[in-house]
Amino acid sequence: MSTTMQPPPPKNVNRFGLTLADYKGADSTLCAGCGHDAITSQIIRAFYEYGVEPHRVAKLSGIGCSSKTPAYFLGQSHGFNAVHGRMPAIATGVMLANRELIAIGVSGDGDTASIGMGQFVHLLRRNIPMIYIIENNGVYGLTKGQFSATADYGTKAKSGDMNDLPAIDVCTMAIELGCNFVCRSFAGDPKQMVPLLKAALAHRGTALFDIISPCVTFNNHEGSTKSYKYAKDHEELIHEISFVPFFEQITVDYNPGEVKEVEMHDGSTVRLRKASHDFDPTNKGEALNLLRHCYDSGEFLTGLIYVNEEKPDFLTQLNMVNAPLATLSQEQVQPTPDDLKEIMSELM
Amino acid sequence: MSDQSPQAVMEEDQRSDTKELIINDFSIQVATVNGSGSQSSNTVLMRSIFQMGIPVSGKNLFPSNIAGLPTWFTIRANKDGWIARRKEIDFLVAMNADTAREDVMSLDPNRVVVYEETLNLKHVRKDLHFFPIPFAKLAGGITTDSRLRKLLANMIYVGVVGELMDIDPAEMEVALTKQFKGKAKAVALNKQALEVGRKFAAENLDRSVVPYRCKRMDLTKGKVIIDGNSASALGCMFAGVTVATWYPITPSSSLCETLADYMHDYRIGEDGKASYAIVQAEDELAAVGMAIGAGWAGARSMTSTAGPGISLMNEFIGLAYYAEIPVVIFDVTRVGPSTGLPTRTQQSDILSMVHCSHGDTKHIMLIPASVSECFDMAVDAFDLTERFQTPIFVMTDLDLGMNNWMSDTFKYPNRKFDRGKVLNAEDLQKLGSFKRYADVDGDGIGYRTLPGTKHPAAAYFTRGSGHNASALYSERPDDYKNNMDRLLKKYETARQYVPQPEVEYKNGARIGFLAFGTTHWAIVESQDQLQKEQKMAVSYYRLRAIPFTSHLSEFFAKHDRVYVVEQNRDAQMASLIKLELSPELGAKIRSVLHYNGLPIDARFVTDAVIAAEKGGSK
Repeated sequence: MSTTMQPPPPKNVNRFGLTLADYKGADSTLCAGCGHDAITSQIIRAFYEYGVEPHRVAKLSGIGCSSKTPAYFLGQSHGFNAVHGRMPAIATGVMLANRELIAIGVSGDGDTASIGMGQFVHLLRRNIPMIYIIENNGVYGLTKGQFSATADYGTKAKSGDMNDLPAIDVCTMAIELGCNFVCRSFAGDPKQMVPLLKAALAHRGTALFDIISPCVTFNNHEGSTKSYKYAKDHEELIHEISFVPFFEQITVDYNPGEVKEVEMHDGSTVRLRKASHDFDPTNKGEALNLLRHCYDSGEFLTGLIYVNEEKPDFLTQLNMVNAPLATLSQEQVQPTPDDLKEIMSELM
Repeated sequence: MSDQSPQAVMEEDQRSDTKELIINDFSIQVATVNGSGSQSSNTVLMRSIFQMGIPVSGKNLFPSNIAGLPTWFTIRANKDGWIARRKEIDFLVAMNADTAREDVMSLDPNRVVVYEETLNLKHVRKDLHFFPIPFAKLAGGITTDSRLRKLLANMIYVGVVGELMDIDPAEMEVALTKQFKGKAKAVALNKQALEVGRKFAAENLDRSVVPYRCKRMDLTKGKVIIDGNSASALGCMFAGVTVATWYPITPSSSLCETLADYMHDYRIGEDGKASYAIVQAEDELAAVGMAIGAGWAGARSMTSTAGPGISLMNEFIGLAYYAEIPVVIFDVTRVGPSTGLPTRTQQSDILSMVHCSHGDTKHIMLIPASVSECFDMAVDAFDLTERFQTPIFVMTDLDLGMNNWMSDTFKYPNRKFDRGKVLNAEDLQKLGSFKRYADVDGDGIGYRTLPGTKHPAAAYFTRGSGHNASALYSERPDDYKNNMDRLLKKYETARQYVPQPEVEYKNGARIGFLAFGTTHWAIVESQDQLQKEQKMAVSYYRLRAIPFTSHLSEFFAKHDRVYVVEQNRDAQMASLIKLELSPELGAKIRSVLHYNGLPIDARFVTDAVIAAEKGGSK
């Protein structure tokens, strides 16, 4: 065998021999031009390029337009569309049952920052290993355009109503609550999203994505800060991001000081080339300052805001067996008749 | 067994006014304030009697409070094995100034009162036997530490009661040593207190006026004392639970807390790794959500809660029903509605459990009556939930869950787990494909796959929205209706799988009892009372699960009237039974309802039946 020439690797397949098509799902039923569909495409691309075995993925969501999208990617992965705002609990349970899974949750701003706020903060606090995407459009789409809790103060609804409440900044909150991978992105900027998603796959713990994803039907008008036009006009990259996976150790020359490298949990590397800001995303204080600056100034900065690869995730803290709990045999989980005898005799 | 009922002995005693001894048939009530550390003393007292071979039960009536409010602990010893609550108190230990007067006023004549002498109760009534004891002073002789003095006063009353009632001192020491296991200093101090109490009673009290005595029997050999929550926890452990997620709520908290203790001792391997995950969630919604997520991914998962928790879990439980996900839910019921009486008992979550969720839902519910059934049914619940891919409720109550009960030792579940219809990669290879919600076997139960199954055909999409047999989104009327009809078929199939009722037909009985859960203990005693006092034979149907089985109609057909006895106001179980029976049989239902927050007692049931029968029930 060793003398036989290996056939050249087929083109357009990833390290598991799968094509991009293998990562697609059902056709989207969202409005044409919806930001969510753009995100779906980048999830497909990132999972394909990084090389994830579809059977290891659990796609999770709550309720809302965003929460429909797991049906539109990774058709060979199990999916669970749960109840409104409660995807974090499902995700936690799934990961407790099977620690080998790769969980990706897709939520919206209503699903996360309003009805689901309670579960969201506790998911972050626990550091459940998963990718948590908020497809943030500032409105409730499925119920026709009511403001959500991430709508900026002073923005105008399609109906003409003004939003007179302050927005919740999910990124700031996530960092404060101990999340160790926080980024903000824009559905109209696929170039940035793919390396960020790959970095999230390389991270162990909750990876939070706040992706501004315009609602073309209810929040894409003048006076909205979550429209395509507004986002395109205002987006500024904090840095240019590239991702080098652990299985492709390619070296590139660059000037020291120009690029910051972050080594991820799985051995992959994230390279950040300075763009608009001189910024260190491994520094929690700097990250919070940047977010505070954006909140106050209305600037729309995108990129990797905070990353920390040192902190253990929740499953590690529980000190469980390596095999998924769901796969343990009766012998592994049922104490013996002698154990019961011992317990009974103590109660006599 | 005695041929004379306890009641008859008492009546004779009162008439003759002699001090005839009453052996192994009495109830002791200790009235204290909560947070005073009396629980250990009361347990020692109860265990000492138990160790003498005398059937005994203990009920803690406590406030929703941490310290300073009244609490009562009642110990009933009964040679005939009746362990339901008994209303009448024979021997009162009055330690709480706030309730002492009322406690004394509630006693029947000729009963015995031991009390802290500064409470000065002697003059309250003339028809009781009072024993003032200087508990504080006696405790002061043992230690100068004021906190310790309070605790030791509690053990001193145990010594006094023991001496007055002839409880074997050796057994008291054994019980005490067990209670303070491993704490040498506490054992020594408490032994000293016990002895101080005994000595004081022997030297100063005239016990000839106390008719109640303990005499060694042989009825508790090989038995254990355990509370229902611990028993349920053990059942879960031996059922191989791997994920337990919960939120603290009285009276269920100790279920998962005890589970954590046992799992720590028996489910951590030599490498120090746990074969389980127990997580305290942020609320009940998250608790059940995590358990459902884990059940979906293939773990044996559970949560435990009480009524308010069930209210919060409604939406998620509806999802698990409709999307067909296994999860075991313990409801240790308390008094509702709303916050209600959080530390009192009731069977009032029946309807909120069996129809939990909006939309058409029917849930399976198991109803243990004893601690051994808590154990057995916990094991059953995990098999049933995976077999039927639906939430399984286990309904206990505060009385069963938090009180100590005497029981035979639990039987090891010597059977293979039923992991239900799960297809693995090999199965899929043979089948080529599968439809998640197709009724392949005609029992209403589809086949499922677990995430992580390495096969391109394994994946499906779970959703709480309308779906067809292939698990695809559908709003088609026929898809919706077919799915709902299949869910109903699954429920019908479950009738043969759930724990069957225990039915006892009495010779010549025209009437029957129907009861479930802890009401059982009052029913068996009431049956005996009605037989002995009224020559009235009453059959008994003990319901152990919902859905009902075919035995139900048969039982109603064979009796003129059936007294459905339950611990709630609205006759919740009777209303479900009525829906199940023909109108003709349903008309035979007579409800006996007990809902003041205290465990139901036999005399209440007996009186209700006599009144109804004499009142000319047709």
